[in-house]
Amino acid sequence: MAEHEKMPVDEITGVETTGHEWDGITELDNPLPRWWLWIFYASIVWSIIYMIFMPAWPALPGFDGHTRGLRNHSERANVAVAMSELEARRGPMFEQLQRVVDDGGVTAILDDGDLLNFTLAAGRSAFGDNCATCHGAGGGGGLGYPNLRDDDWIWGGSYDAIRHTIVGGVRWDAHPDTRFSQMPAFGRDGLLTRDEISAVTDYVMTLSALTVSADADLALGSEIYAAQCASCHGADGRGDTTQGAPNLTNNIWLYGGSREQIQASIHRGPYGAMPSWDNRLPEPVITALAAYVYLLGGGETLASMEEASLPAPQTGQPG
Amino acid sequence: MNLIHNRPDAGGDAAEGVARNDVEAVNAAGQRDLYQKRQQIYPKLVHGKFRMAKWVFLVLALGVYYLLPFVRWDRGPDAPSQAVLIDFPNTRFYFFFIEIWPQEVYYITGLLILAALVLFLVTALFGRVWCGYACPQTVWTDLFIAVERLFEGDRNKRILLDRAPMSFNKAWRKGGKHAVWVLIAAATGGAWILYFHDAFDLLRDFFTGQAPLTAYLFCAVLTFTTYSLAGLMREQVCIYMCPWPRIQAALTDRESLNVTYRTDRGEPRGRHKKGESWEGRGDCIDCKACVAACPMGIDIRDGAQLECIGCALCIDACDDIMDKISRPRGLIAYDTDDNVTRRSQGEKPRFSFIRPRIILYVVLVIGVSALMMLGLNTRDELGLHADRDRNPNFVVLTDGSVRNTYTINVQNKAYADRALRLDVAGDPALQVQVLGVRGETVLEIGPDRTRLFQVFLTVPPEAALRHSIPVTFTITDPATGETATAESFLVTGAAP
Ligand code: SF4
Ligand code: SF4
Repeated sequence: MAEHEKMPVDEITGVETTGHEWDGITELDNPLPRWWLWIFYASIVWSIIYMIFMPAWPALPGFDGHTRGLRNHSERANVAVAMSELEARRGPMFEQLQRVVDDGGVTAILDDGDLLNFTLAAGRSAFGDNCATCHGAGGGGGLGYPNLRDDDWIWGGSYDAIRHTIVGGVRWDAHPDTRFSQMPAFGRDGLLTRDEISAVTDYVMTLSALTVSADADLALGSEIYAAQCASCHGADGRGDTTQGAPNLTNNIWLYGGSREQIQASIHRGPYGAMPSWDNRLPEPVITALAAYVYLLGGGETLASMEEASLPAPQTGQPG
Repeated sequence: MNLIHNRPDAGGDAAEGVARNDVEAVNAAGQRDLYQKRQQIYPKLVHGKFRMAKWVFLVLALGVYYLLPFVRWDRGPDAPSQAVLIDFPNTRFYFFFIEIWPQEVYYITGLLILAALVLFLVTALFGRVWCGYACPQTVWTDLFIAVERLFEGDRNKRILLDRAPMSFNKAWRKGGKHAVWVLIAAATGGAWILYFHDAFDLLRDFFTGQAPLTAYLFCAVLTFTTYSLAGLMREQVCIYMCPWPRIQAALTDRESLNVTYRTDRGEPRGRHKKGESWEGRGDCIDCKACVAACPMGIDIRDGAQLECIGCALCIDACDDIMDKISRPRGLIAYDTDDNVTRRSQGEKPRFSFIRPRIILYVVLVIGVSALMMLGLNTRDELGLHADRDRNPNFVVLTDGSVRNTYTINVQNKAYADRALRLDVAGDPALQVQVLGVRGETVLEIGPDRTRLFQVFLTVPPEAALRHSIPVTFTITDPATGETATAESFLVTGAAP
């Protein structure tokens, strides 16, 4: 022990104080227990051993990025192993899902509670990773990105139709089965005049019972609609899911339902695209994804759900 | 320091059998090193009522600890039949007739609060009885010291043995002691893991090498800690590692019954010759039997101190001396600071067990116990939570009706399959659909299980005029009539 300056000694305990004093309170300089000290030294030794065996020092010259350590430890490799283990564990469940869907169609999933929960969980995570950026985390969509939870479908809302859309994408030239349709840019390409676009806008709005101003030229609008729009959107405006023409008679508008927004759509002819997920996602994941989207609540003819509806109305206190 | 000379009082003729112990308290005032080397303490065996009480408690406590995992409790075919079991894989905790689910940890919180309050209460009343009798560190240390005594003899023999050069005698005594210590430590670690798995199964698997790695690991860790804490570190744990000595100062007061050296009666202390008068002097003959007996190596005559665990062994040691010199017992005794003061001022001692803080603790203990009993007795076997999807908040369908999606979490805490009826109240026009449930909304759930269901609630446009509609989910077990409800609401998107 090195010689150190003699400090004042506390009368009662006989222990030296540190010499610090606060409001008359002094601090005893009690010795450290030996075992405590040993643990401290052992930690130092341990840290040196650790640095020899494990990657530790970053940015040293002569090493690529960091020292490697004798154990050649890599978290990245560990994650890869963990991922393949996970895949191996989930594999059978995905296979079962595929089998059930192939044999009995998507509604067969509903008969198996465990499979249903697996599908929802697997679908939700795949959706979150790949689809949520555009369609929103819960599939609620946004302006220009279809809401997947309502019952209005541009390319059809059956399980097969949804799967087809996911596989081929929309207006995705690289895939042979992509969904393709194109609405002319009536204004930008000079197919219709300003006034004509204005008139047909008013007419389209009346199809879904939106209020239009009294001086709207509905006769002209109707005439233009029949000539330019009816071939895709149908004479009654109900759209056509085989060619991806939206239904204009309901209140669901992909590009917004205000007069300005509808007019702008007719002017520029929207051209939304979605990538093909074929070859990007494994087959079973696409199946889970399609089933998940279908089960979000918007799926067409979700027969079991219709059966499940309670005889309305539900009133008062149950029981 | 000369520890061993155990000679009759050189100054004269002491009473029969009274030996002077050459011993110095480990925390006695003096010059210290920068780093303190541990001073070996050689507690001397005492006999007396407190020592006996400690033996009895030791046997009881260790008996419960080692045997409890083997106690069975029949819960039916689907549940484990171990009376006390922490079942991590299935996230259940079983304690005799009580079963706790993870979301019910407040029972455990309650239990901990209750334990703390009881600890406060007994500490305020009797000082550190927890430390002295019930703390695992004390119990196991006591046991380890007993083993040490078995192999190496009592205090003086142990001191001599430690000083003696290595010999066959020393080797087998030391070796035997450590071997038994390790055995006890291993049994301690082994019993611990039995609380986490069926005890009989695990015991078999453990010795056939089939048990999970964690079982061996925890057994090893607890063996090591028991061996080092109870065998090697002992009082160091209480002095340096345990926070409780620091806290207890706030819990005891001048009316608490602490192990107390009665200065009013003992001082002035000094050697006493047989036949000499006791006039004008204290009863303490400075024999240091109390110091030699102390497992913490301290001198209780220095007053209450952090190191004292309140084990009362010094009381037994001193009472023995008092008998020998024919003075009344109780020079060291459970007493209060106030009484020491009162006696030295010629007043009568008194004990006041009913003090504001005691009343407060008692009221709190009774209150928390009552709450817990109430909670346990009204614990339902059906649970329901409703979680509304917020992303998106609501969905407008083509006909203008509005739909919200909910995930409901149904818990069946009974050991029977159930078919529960779901009802939703809130608006007469509500439409209920459950994903995966056809026909009537009957939710099927297995025994002792939790299950999630996706529920769609739809209101027609004419009902969707209010911004939000409160809804109540109710599940009913038609067989037992039991119900559980969960409140939520339905957002329509209408202007609030
Ligand atoms: S208090 Fe009792 S045991 Fe301790 S030294 Fe005095 S007489 Fe001896
Ligand atoms: S002073 Fe007495 S009560 Fe306190 S630890 Fe020592 S023997 Fe036990």
